Amino acid sequence: MPHGPLPVPAPGDKSLLRFLTCGSVDDGKSTLIGRLLYNADVIMGDQLEALRRESRRFGTTGDEIDFSLLLDGLEDERQQRITIDVAYRYFSTPRRSFIVADSPGHEQYTRNMATGASTADLAVLLVDARKGVLAQTRRHSLICSLFGIRHIVVAVNKLDLVGFERAVFDQIAADYRHFAADLGFASLVMIPLSARFGDNLTERSAHTPWYEGPNLLEYLESVELDRAPTDRPLRFPVQWVNRPNGEFRGFAGTVAAGSVMPGDPILVMGSARTSRVKEIVTFDGPLPRASAGDAVTLTLQDEIDVSRGDLLVHPDAPAEFADQFAAHLVWMKEEALVPGRSYWLKIGTRTASATVTALKHRIDVDSGAHIAARTLAINEIGFCNVSTSVPVAFDAYADGRDTGGFILIDRLTQETAAAGVVAFALRRATNIHWHESAINPLQRAALKGHQPAVLWFTGLSGAGKSTIANRLEQKLLAIGCHTMLLDGDNVRHGLNRDLGFTDTDRVENIRRVGEVARLIGDAGLIVICAFISPFRADRQMAREIAAPHAFFEVFVDTPIAECIRRDPKGLYAKAQAGAIPNFTGIDSAYEAPENPEIRLATVERDADALAEELVEELRRRDILA
Amino acid sequence: MAESSPRGEVLPRHLQRLEAEAIAILREVVAEFRNPVLLYSIGKDSSVLLHLARKAFHPATPPLPLLHVDTTWKFRDMIEFRDATARRLGLDLIVHINQEGLARGINPIASGSALHTEIMKTEALKQALDRHGFDAAIGGARRDEEKSRAKERVFSLRGAAHTWDPRRQRPELWRLYNTRLAVGETMRVFPLSNWTELDVWEYIEAAGIPIVPLYLAKPRPVVWRDGVWIMVDDDRLPLQPGETPQMRSVRFRTLGCYPLSGAIESEAATIAEIAAELRQARHSERQGRLIDSDDTASMERKKRQGYF
Repeated sequence: MPHGPLPVPAPGDKSLLRFLTCGSVDDGKSTLIGRLLYNADVIMGDQLEALRRESRRFGTTGDEIDFSLLLDGLEDERQQRITIDVAYRYFSTPRRSFIVADSPGHEQYTRNMATGASTADLAVLLVDARKGVLAQTRRHSLICSLFGIRHIVVAVNKLDLVGFERAVFDQIAADYRHFAADLGFASLVMIPLSARFGDNLTERSAHTPWYEGPNLLEYLESVELDRAPTDRPLRFPVQWVNRPNGEFRGFAGTVAAGSVMPGDPILVMGSARTSRVKEIVTFDGPLPRASAGDAVTLTLQDEIDVSRGDLLVHPDAPAEFADQFAAHLVWMKEEALVPGRSYWLKIGTRTASATVTALKHRIDVDSGAHIAARTLAINEIGFCNVSTSVPVAFDAYADGRDTGGFILIDRLTQETAAAGVVAFALRRATNIHWHESAINPLQRAALKGHQPAVLWFTGLSGAGKSTIANRLEQKLLAIGCHTMLLDGDNVRHGLNRDLGFTDTDRVENIRRVGEVARLIGDAGLIVICAFISPFRADRQMAREIAAPHAFFEVFVDTPIAECIRRDPKGLYAKAQAGAIPNFTGIDSAYEAPENPEIRLATVERDADALAEELVEELRRRDILA
Repeated sequence: MAESSPRGEVLPRHLQRLEAEAIAILREVVAEFRNPVLLYSIGKDSSVLLHLARKAFHPATPPLPLLHVDTTWKFRDMIEFRDATARRLGLDLIVHINQEGLARGINPIASGSALHTEIMKTEALKQALDRHGFDAAIGGARRDEEKSRAKERVFSLRGAAHTWDPRRQRPELWRLYNTRLAVGETMRVFPLSNWTELDVWEYIEAAGIPIVPLYLAKPRPVVWRDGVWIMVDDDRLPLQPGETPQMRSVRFRTLGCYPLSGAIESEAATIAEIAAELRQARHSERQGRLIDSDDTASMERKKRQGYF
């Protein structure tokens, strides 16, 4: 690495480097960044004054300035003296602008590190010279690798505490290189440092005459960034359709990869629709070309159907398009992953329903070992198959962050549950072909004189679901309808006899019933399902599985006090005595439907009248003639 | 159709990246929310935000209204600039004043800065958001302004009473923003999160964005109070014994209620000169704001209550 002053670029060439700092608790990350800001002369006078005051109040460095206080922003952290969230810092030198994500070293905050890593070009990994490469160092390296960070700087810090011993540094460097050999980093640079005293931070230290390499700032200013992915094939996720008037129809979005010019052919992924780019519209005038990272608006030569969520690509190099793929997930939510449960998946500008169909293994981030697992807890990383309700367009994450990274969102709380990176598309879905039946469900139904439908009864145990469902089936039979009743208790004797009552098993129970209901619906029948089905997300899943058919969520609305009073099977008495764990309404929640198609208030009404009400409703909705 | 940058300059690469990021965020808000609003405070950050919104939706006019929460103590120049801007660009401008606060006689001089800010800004903002049922409010806050903002998300979730819980923030990965809301929740969105004060000025200069003249140095009538220059913008500012307004060449780094906005002595009368002065700056920009100086944790407390 050459030394001496670096040439200052022309103002237009000043570039942006986003980097992440990570390391164990007390490795001195915050001190390092604080010191970097201080030495780069970007700390303002009044901030410095406040820092001096706070150093005396909260600091751990005696009368000296405690630089870590510059970064540990929130009140809680200042008092606990640990960093609990990602903080972003900004500084610039004549050569570059820097965005620093300071990520926490605390184990339970792995998710925040993944967050910082997802946008970083480079990571500065701190290692305490006295402790060497630790489990946490390995964990963070693995996350960096998983999230596609290609450049690593290992800052061997606190070298002052080991007398600036070369042997210590060399040993750590060798250990780390050995460990990281398989992680696929494009560059790996080791720098001996003392953040507290500024050695090799922004200038060469006299204490390390044996070190020939660049100081940290010098390296950050000069490291060759990966070129923006402009030499990749075009990926343009449509973010918003711009239609101010009848004449203009443009597709606004940010080029995720590759580049595009007027006249280029494009294909809408998942369709056979193609066209050519007419113009690249911007506020500052039309552009001759747009490349990865540019936020533009495209107009097309033909009027084809394009909407938010679509991915425009070059027809010669399409993305993957499938409803199943394998991916790594970092779980980010307190409530553990439930395989089989439906989550929202957001990838690019597309949002779809998705489930984790198979958790292949969990990764032990300290050893890299693959461990069999049935769930992922917060901050755990796993490898799994993801299945989406409709096919989505994507690339392997290694081929593009913006088309290969996704998040899972909890359907109930709307919290971000996980971040995922696509490994590869699963061909299974494409190899099992749908056989086009010669006869379709509508033709089958036509024979019966009514439409196929799924009526999904939900409600507490003892609410009256089975009673009303039975009454309804009798009435429908009487008027010549072809029906089938699926009852919660009954399916557990056969189809679902292998399932218990854990959350995971409850989800699988509902999924199977949903699939069966759909098949029976395909045969043209009216399917009546009576299941407690306490979770909204699961009922939503059943609805989506049965999607081609009319779906009626029937909320059998009986207050819990009334159910306990009725207690037809004596179950409430047992549950209240503690004999049945996870009993809905007692020690397990029932999430009442927010917008059921039909609500049946059962108190002081008999099953016959309620069933009659349903028959009327089916007539009104044209299910019955 | 295009309105090119008057100076015809090519933006430096780092500003291009920040601009593209902000445009993508603005588009995401309009694509994902039912009833978004752009909070327009008339300041330099708002001016950049408004410019970016024009770019993001071009050739359409930005498809969302502007909201200004007026405390009735803004500089006269600001109000003039606000109305002229909305007229010039044909934008839908909503001005909200907390009428109950006004009726109670809340003002920055007699009530003190803390109460005035709480009632006429924080409360007023919540009132306006509730009244119009906005589910997303876009603001110009930057992470480099202040320490507790350094950890704020771009899409920052607010609970039922507009409260902010730093421990319930959603992780933000790549350019993927979780925009979904549970019942009663709303979103605050900060497209300029990754911009610094210097970026803002360099961008204003390169893109030729109009700003309130108060940002540029000019001789103005000021009094020295609590360690800063306060401008005597109208006759509502009671002079304390011994205070006489004097003409000084001053400019403002941030604009708010005039009795609470400290000016700095400066000769920087052009944007280029401001940027140059800033590169040499000895004091960070919030120093001119009297509302932050109580103690360093005060901003975080205000944010938890719903201050922008």
